[in-house]
Formats: sequence, C-alpha cells, structure tokens
Amino acid sequence: MPVITYRDALNQALREEMQRDDRVFLMGEEVAVYQGAYKVSKGLLQEFGEMRVVDTPITELGFAGVGVGAAMVGLRPIIEFMTWNFAVLALDQVLNSAAKLLYMSGGQFNVPIVFRGPNGAALQLSAQHSQSFESWLAHIPGLKVVTPGTPYDAKGLLKAAIRDDNPVCFLEGEMLYNTKGEVPEEEYVIPIGKADLKREGDDCTIVTNGKMALVAMQVADQLAKDGIHVDVVDLRTVRPMDVDAIKASVEKTNRCVVLEEGWELAGIGAQVVDYVQRECFDLLDAPVYRVHQADVPMPYAKNLERAAKPDAAKTIAAVRKVMYLE
Amino acid sequence: MATKIFMEALSPTMEEGRLVKWLKNEGDAVKSGEPLAEVETDKAIMELVARGDGVLRKRLVGENESRPVGSLVGVIAAPDENIDALVSEAGGAAAGGAKPPAEVVAKTQESAGATSVPQRPAQSQGEASAPPEQKTPAGPPAIPTQGQPSPASGNGGQLRSSPLARRMASDRGLDLSQVRGSGPGGRIIKRDVESAAAAPSAAQPSVRVARTGADYEDVALTQIRKTIAKRLAESIGPIPTFYLTAEYDLTRVTEMRAAMAEMGDEFKVSVNDVLMKAVATALSQHPEVNAHWLGDKIRYYNRVHLGMAVATPDGLIVPVIFDADQKRMREISREAKELAKRARERKLKPEEYTGSTFSISNLGMFGIDQFTAIINPPEVAILAIGTAQDVVVPAAGGTAVEKRVRVTMSCDHRAVDGAVGAAFLQTLRRLIENPLMLVF
Repeated sequence: MPVITYRDALNQALREEMQRDDRVFLMGEEVAVYQGAYKVSKGLLQEFGEMRVVDTPITELGFAGVGVGAAMVGLRPIIEFMTWNFAVLALDQVLNSAAKLLYMSGGQFNVPIVFRGPNGAALQLSAQHSQSFESWLAHIPGLKVVTPGTPYDAKGLLKAAIRDDNPVCFLEGEMLYNTKGEVPEEEYVIPIGKADLKREGDDCTIVTNGKMALVAMQVADQLAKDGIHVDVVDLRTVRPMDVDAIKASVEKTNRCVVLEEGWELAGIGAQVVDYVQRECFDLLDAPVYRVHQADVPMPYAKNLERAAKPDAAKTIAAVRKVMYLE
Repeated sequence: MATKIFMEALSPTMEEGRLVKWLKNEGDAVKSGEPLAEVETDKAIMELVARGDGVLRKRLVGENESRPVGSLVGVIAAPDENIDALVSEAGGAAAGGAKPPAEVVAKTQESAGATSVPQRPAQSQGEASAPPEQKTPAGPPAIPTQGQPSPASGNGGQLRSSPLARRMASDRGLDLSQVRGSGPGGRIIKRDVESAAAAPSAAQPSVRVARTGADYEDVALTQIRKTIAKRLAESIGPIPTFYLTAEYDLTRVTEMRAAMAEMGDEFKVSVNDVLMKAVATALSQHPEVNAHWLGDKIRYYNRVHLGMAVATPDGLIVPVIFDADQKRMREISREAKELAKRARERKLKPEEYTGSTFSISNLGMFGIDQFTAIINPPEVAILAIGTAQDVVVPAAGGTAVEKRVRVTMSCDHRAVDGAVGAAFLQTLRRLIENPLMLVF
C-alpha cells in the first residue's frame, strides 16, 4: 500500500471528488495560484481551472457567505480557511447560516458545504494562532465536526464530508500535513461518526481525536513496554460522537482517560466524561481523568508552550493514575 | 515541613508489607536516609528509611501489622509542628497499632448489640442517599480483623469503593466491609475484590498460629508463600511444558574433585559447583534456552545470569549469580554459598534475586533421584538436578560401578523445541563428562 503524507491524502480526496462531481469547487485565500498556504490544493487550478479553484481576498466572512449561498442553489463548495483561527471572523456564516438554514427553512434548503483548514497549535504561533476549535463547533446543532488524525482517515473522511448534504467542519492540523501513513490506491470513503480503535488493550481506554490520536498511539506503545495495554479509541468525528465505541471499550477496561488538544472547560473530554459516567457507571473502577491544554492562552516561549500542551508524559501519568499505579 | 512516611515498594512485586519492627521511637530525632523500621516484603526483610529530617512524631502502624504499598505509616516533622491533619488523613488508623485486638472487637460488638444496625456516625444519619452497599441484607456488623480497622471504613463511616467493586462484590456475595481497600483514601477497587474473593484470609496479617494437640494446623500465608503460589500457578497454567531427562557420568568430575581436594581445603568444590559452572558454560553456547518469553517476543540473552533455587524456612527463593559463564568455579562456589546463606537469613536485596536468565534447582542433597522443576517465568527453561549416586553399568567383561547424576530440563515449548533442549543437554554432557573442558 502506498505511504503518502496527510497533505497528499487531502489533495487526492479533493481531486477525486472534483473529478467525480462538477458541482464541487474550492474557494479560499491562496488556494489557486499559490497552490494553498500548505499546498493542499497543489495542481488543482491547473486541472480544474479558475472557475472551480477560486482565490479570494482576505475576507473570511464574505467568502464563507458566498459559499453558503452557492450551496443553497445547488453547488457543493469547499471553503478553505488558512487556519481555523481566522475562521472566527466567519463564524456568523458557519453558525447562523450554514448550520441553521435546513431547520429554519422547514427543510427547503440544505447546505452541502465543507469548511476546512488547520486547527490547534503548531509550534510557537502564540496565543491567537494556536487554538483548538472542535468543542466550539461541536456545540452547534446542525454542524458535523470531523478531526482526522492520519492520512488514511483524512482522505476517507474528506470524501465523505464533500458528499454529505449538510455542513461539515473539517479540522486538519498544521503539524499533521507532513505526517505519513498508508493510503490505499483504490477508492474508499469513511463514514462520518464512526470511531476507530487504533490500539487494543484491556487495561485502560484512551479516548481521543485529531492530532492527539498520534500522541495516544505513542503512549500506547510506550506503556506496552511496561506491560500496560490500552485501547485507543480515536473518535475521528466529534459530532456526531461514536458513543457506542466508547462504551464498548470502557466496558472492557473499566478505566478511561480522555486526551484532547483544547482547553478543559466545556471541552470534548467533558462530553466524553458525561457519557461515560452515565452509561458505564457500574463498570468504572476509577474516576475518569482528562488530559488537555493548560487553562491559559497559548504561550509563545518554547518551554512554556511545551508545558501548556497535552503530551505523552501527561497522558501516561493519567493512565497510571486511573490504574492506581501511583 | 512534615514528611510523610509511606509503605514503600521495597521489591519489584511487593503489594503490601508487614512492619516487623520499628527502629525508632516516637520523639526520636531522625535524619534523611536513616532506617526507621524493618519491613517484611514478599521476598525479604528490608529497611524502610526516612525521606526527610526531623523528629519521628507519629507511628501510625503497629509492629507485625501489614499495610498496602502507598499507605501512610508515620509522620516525621519538627518537634512543635502541628501534624493533626496528617494523622487524621490516615483515617485514625493509628489506633489499630496501639489497642489490643480484643478491646476493639469487644467494643464493636457492644455497639452492635445496642443499635442492631451497622454503626454510622451521627452526622451522616440525615443523608438522603445511603451508599449502595447498605441495600444488601444486613449481615453481621463489620468486625475489624485482628484489631485492624479497614481503612476504607475509617472515613466518616462510609465505605469508599469504586462502582465496579461494588457491583463485583454484590455479584459474588462479598461483604465489602470485610475487604481492605488499596486505592486512594482506602477506596476498594477491582483488584481488592478479586483478591478478597480468591483468598478470604488475604486480609489478615501474616502470623503463624500454632495449635498443639489440634487435628490440624492453620498457617496463614506468608508474603513469600503468596508470591510463590501466584507465580507458580501463573507458570504451570499457561506454559506448555515438556521435560527432557539425561543421565551423566560423573567419574571424571569425582576424580577432578578428589585431585583438587588433595591440593588443600581452599580448592575444594562441590558437585553442585561443577554442575553450575558447566551449565553456565553450556548456556553461553546455547542462547536459545538462555531466554525470556515476553508474550510477543522472545528475548535471548547474551549474558548468563544463573538463578539457583534455595530452600529457606519460609519457602523457595532464587538468588542469581550474574555473568556466571564469565566466573571461575571458585567464584561461583563462593557466591553460591554466600547467596544461599543470606537467602536463609532473608537478607537478600531485590537486585540479588531478580534478572536471572535460566535457573537450576538441585534436590540432590535430599536423595531425590530425579524430578521436574517448574519454570520460573519469564525464563523458558529450568534444570532439575537429582542426587549423584553409584550405578551399576554394563562394562567390558561384566559390570562396573559409576557415579552418575540425572538431570531433567523443563522447557517452555512456546520458545524451546525438543531438539533445541536436547542439544543443550548434549553440550552439558560433554562438559560434565569431560570437566577439563571447563578450563579450556
């Protein structure tokens, strides 16, 4: 099976879906002539022309709104945000237009649109450009929120997002674009809302999503050396959330740690914990612990940034805690 | 700044320890690193040392009491420092050490007689939500075993337990108040219910109770016996073992020993010393049996760390002669004697009985012809050595008498195939029947 980057996996998904359906088009800052700020749209302008690969001015609210309008009249836009930090300016169109129109039009207008771009912290991009938005977006009924962590998941889920008849927020990762993984040559689509068991073990469950899936896999491999075997439940989609997968795993392990990239309060992990305590109460042998970003704006200084981010060491400590090993 | 004294994990497999003897009295000044108490682990008696300077203000555990690893057993602080909060954190467990068991039991029974319900402190009487274990049919009131209040019940009268532990206890008909909690604050968790269900007496401290004239004698499990049971059951269960027996001619070993003894006492070696040297040498040529089975892989060792089973009054322990293949027979002989002596005195340090790559067990001194030993996991084989004895064998023109020894190798078939084990025994035969090879 070919090993390709996350970036190329996304590029393949875009190309294949644009070839498959001529209603699909890509719009955003630097997506066409510059080939994408992170080169995700490399070669698309040349193949599909400037009617379907559209450069915009720096006007997030404007081009997000144009996208919603285009979707309402039958096109299938993909709106690229250079990062989700910039998408804050466009949230009115995402939350108030895209997410609400099907409901408020009594089912007359569905909005088949994908908003995509990198999410979360990279390296030393400081407080304004290092934020994780999955819990913000997942809060809104009417949106689907997808956070793939591997090239395989990125391609299969982006194709599913483009084919979805309703708005999907697709959260990538700047630090993920260069990561590599196996991606089959033949076509496949991963259904939205299905978690993936990335490691298997009986001792503890780690529920995670997005970039943190990679950290969780490292943690699993490291703990295995000490004879501790964990389930890594990669949610992949945080809304809708695959609660059955969480339950099946915690029923087996009796212990759960939630690893997420964002902040603690009202984070994705809070939702997971709520579900686990309700559905798995009699099966828990320890409280559920969460690993998340420190409750501060992301520091610029390298040492402080490292201290603020969730990482493998913090996750291992949490696993050992729920296993009563320390 | 007060320093808490915890029951520390003094061996790699220790889960609880018995405080054998306090070496300091309350009020004694102590320095960091100074021994505070002797603690019996599952393997040996070790010293628990101070982790801070000050005065030993409080001993929270009495002598001969057991506590799980991580429990608070005492407090070091400045002479005038207020340590009430620390002491009450231990759940009033201090009383357990000071009061004779009978007094505690009597008190509990008295209060049970007066109220006929399990005693709960007044402040919790008004609480709307009774803990789930209260729903189970009222059994006899909780009587702390051996004067030792369960830490879990020391917390405002409410048992702390995980939801899973409660469910498991109710499924198995176990009374949670009889289970000792090993989680934080004495919380009863899954492993506690499992061990209580497996061995109801496990909660009791290890004390020998000898009854004269009775039909039988009940002997509580010592820590070492518990560990042996656990480890050996682990072994015979999942390990597909097969056995290879060989008989070796010791004529030349006997001649060599006699020749060496003639040179003086310092050159005396036992048959066992020669066999150990031969086994270590053979192992260096057969890494395929000098290995650990690790579940998803086999780790073949390039160094030979030879475990030797030693019988002690408390049970079996396997000290290790490290790099035995690199050592001379004299060194092996001296080390083996020293390790055996200290094993019987229970003075072995953990690093002296962990890390073996292959083990031998010799019952020759008991006159056992041959036997099968149980593999010491994760090792993949063990060699059982019988007694050296005179055997009549066919010889040219009639019969002859030879000194012979029978050895039996138990092999873990997951890692070692029959022919592989046989090849090792063949090498061993060459070395034992031609002991000069050992100096080659």
